[in-house]
Amino acid sequence: MVKKVGMEVSVAIGEAVKLANADVIAAYPITPQTHIVEHLAELVADGELDAAYIPVESEHSAMSACLGSAAVGARTFTATAGQGLELMHEVLYVASAMRLPVVMAVANRALSSPLSVWGDHSDVMAVRDTGWIQLFTENGQEVVDNVFCAFRIAEDRRVLLPVMVHLDGFHLSHVIEPIVFPEQSVVDKFLPPNKYPLPLHPDKPVTMGDFAPPITYPEAKWAQEVNLRASKEIILQTWQEFGKAFGRHYSPVESYKTEDAKVLLLTMGSFSETAMTVIDKLRGEGRKVGLVRFRLWRPFPFEEFRQAVKDAETLIVVDRALSFGGPGGPVCSEVRSALYGEAKKPKVVSFVAGLGGRDITQAGFETIINKGIEISQKGSQNEFEIFGVRD
Amino acid sequence: MQNYNVYVPRLVTKKDTFVSGHRACIGCGEALAVRLACKALGQNVVIANATGCMEIVSSPLPTTSWKVPWIHTLFENSAAVASGIESGLKMLMKKGRIAQQEIKVVAMAGDGGTSDIGLQALSGALERGHNFLYICFDNEAYMNTGIQRSSATPFGAATTTSPVGKKSIGQVSWKKNMPAIAAAHNIPYVATACPSYPFDLIEKVEKGASTPGPAYVHILSVCPTGWRCPTDLTVRIGRLAVETGIFPLYEVENGKYKLNFDFPELRPVVDYLKLQGRFRHLSEDLIAKIQQRVTADYAALKEKASDDEK
Ligand SMILES: Cc1ncc(C[n+]2csc(CCOP(=O)(O)OP(=O)(O)O)c2C)c(N)n1
Ligand code: SF4
Ligand SMILES: [Mg+2]
Repeated sequence: MVKKVGMEVSVAIGEAVKLANADVIAAYPITPQTHIVEHLAELVADGELDAAYIPVESEHSAMSACLGSAAVGARTFTATAGQGLELMHEVLYVASAMRLPVVMAVANRALSSPLSVWGDHSDVMAVRDTGWIQLFTENGQEVVDNVFCAFRIAEDRRVLLPVMVHLDGFHLSHVIEPIVFPEQSVVDKFLPPNKYPLPLHPDKPVTMGDFAPPITYPEAKWAQEVNLRASKEIILQTWQEFGKAFGRHYSPVESYKTEDAKVLLLTMGSFSETAMTVIDKLRGEGRKVGLVRFRLWRPFPFEEFRQAVKDAETLIVVDRALSFGGPGGPVCSEVRSALYGEAKKPKVVSFVAGLGGRDITQAGFETIINKGIEISQKGSQNEFEIFGVRD
Repeated sequence: MQNYNVYVPRLVTKKDTFVSGHRACIGCGEALAVRLACKALGQNVVIANATGCMEIVSSPLPTTSWKVPWIHTLFENSAAVASGIESGLKMLMKKGRIAQQEIKVVAMAGDGGTSDIGLQALSGALERGHNFLYICFDNEAYMNTGIQRSSATPFGAATTTSPVGKKSIGQVSWKKNMPAIAAAHNIPYVATACPSYPFDLIEKVEKGASTPGPAYVHILSVCPTGWRCPTDLTVRIGRLAVETGIFPLYEVENGKYKLNFDFPELRPVVDYLKLQGRFRHLSEDLIAKIQQRVTADYAALKEKASDDEK
């Protein structure tokens, strides 16, 4: 029987990892990820989850231990946020390059300095090019569902890549939501045991992590790129299978009321739910506005994205991170370059807002939309607009 | 000496898992140490290797010198990677997904990867009590990147970042005591070794690998390239390091120190120093200072060992 319970999203992630039957969890605490790993430690301590919990001494070691564990074929999970993700940085590249199917939840957090434990997307954007598959989620159910999908995608023999599941720190990690948990047997059927093809084992010795001179390095890297791009097909298949088994459907670019919309707002993460309410309100007033969100951030869903925005006149992108001295929000930069060569495309306006946990209210989104429309008509001197910040 | 031909093959396996074809320099003591350690470890092992000379010389894609499962990821994390390997294997065996068997987990790193950049990861892994062996191959500098000083570089040694100059005598700090730091974690087994004493080295690696819980073996590895010494003196210089008391061979078993080779009289340190270009510049005063320190440290170690024997 399917059960629906009210639960803190962080705790729900722990429950999902338990249902996914993880073998090894190596993690280091950092706000706002702590409740995830605390709950996992508790599940292991109570014998409810038969896994090794490695209480490492840093995030660098957390991800390093995950490399070792995934390399022997164990189902491996970790979680982090902000500074922790930054401390893992060099290790993240190794996980993807060595094709180790680690799954990591990231409770997105701003970066120091000044120190901020609150949410934004500075940490995510800094690890954009690490070669991981990256998924964004907007509510507790989506996180739980995508933890199952993440393991299945990561461990798929055709993929074998690590997956990050992003959720906004506090705004999502710390809220209590109604969440539907599937039966263990349903999860088991969807997610068979991990069968890593070439694990480290004396029966069949393998050498992993060679050093590559110029005569082999570019081929190794190109193979990785081809592999990550090709993973999109399997990600789509996995979501389809998930939809069939669980009745909830996911796609790389989610559209909300975009039919006939002249103006589109683009967001990522939990703020999308506020944005939706605003879209509803404006639609009620007869305005042709809609919302698009990236669910799949890497590999970048070029086709789906172009398709989703091609008929709009204006596309307003709201980033939750700065690219210092650069062209505005990192998401907007990618959006602009994805559309640059298209014959039919909307005008793109870039906003940066919601840094360090600052809320964007419904009124805020409304202002962003109105100002965005004005800029797309009259133009602006700025590469991007900063919203909701005192001078 | 001749007798070696007769009895060595009976005592030491001919089977190598770290095999020829690697690109270590002529006379490399570290490669010799790795080879001997691998003989001791045998086939049922998984190795996590840090970045450094031994990793670079043994694994240029698409070739390998390793006949055992081996993974290299980064410079400072071999102990953490080994933690994951050990925990992963343990869980997979517990859940019946791989056959129950004894697989030794070994982390390997140079002195830089151990006593500097990897110290935190090592300390964490020792403290958590993983069942693994950590081997430090100590050639007393960052050799892979071109002979830069580490905290294991001895006092007075010239390296490219502790150069000798009008106002510099080379390295000004004393060698960090890594085995003591490992022992301070109250782990069951710590030992020092040197490939110039191959049987002793093999025995210690075997012991470390079969000890339940964390074990640490610190192996002094002569590096002719970095130490600026003749390539045919690798074994001799290793012996001199021990005979002068500069690198004593000892074990710390469950906290108890045991000196494995004691000498009624230590050779003067100058016998060791004078064969190496990295010490060429040392004045008599400085050599005397080193002698004083070595004599005192050796006496302290000996006392600790004899106290523990009681
Ligand atoms: C984070 C990081 N910093 C620096 C380096 C460069 N580096 C690679 S190996 C090495 C020195 C290795 O020295 P050691 O551990 O003593 O091993 P050896 O080469 O002497 O055997 C350095 C500095 C690196 N690979 N990674
Ligand atoms: S530099 Fe030294 S340690 Fe490195 S391969 Fe050459 S001799 Fe061996
Ligand atoms: Mg070294």
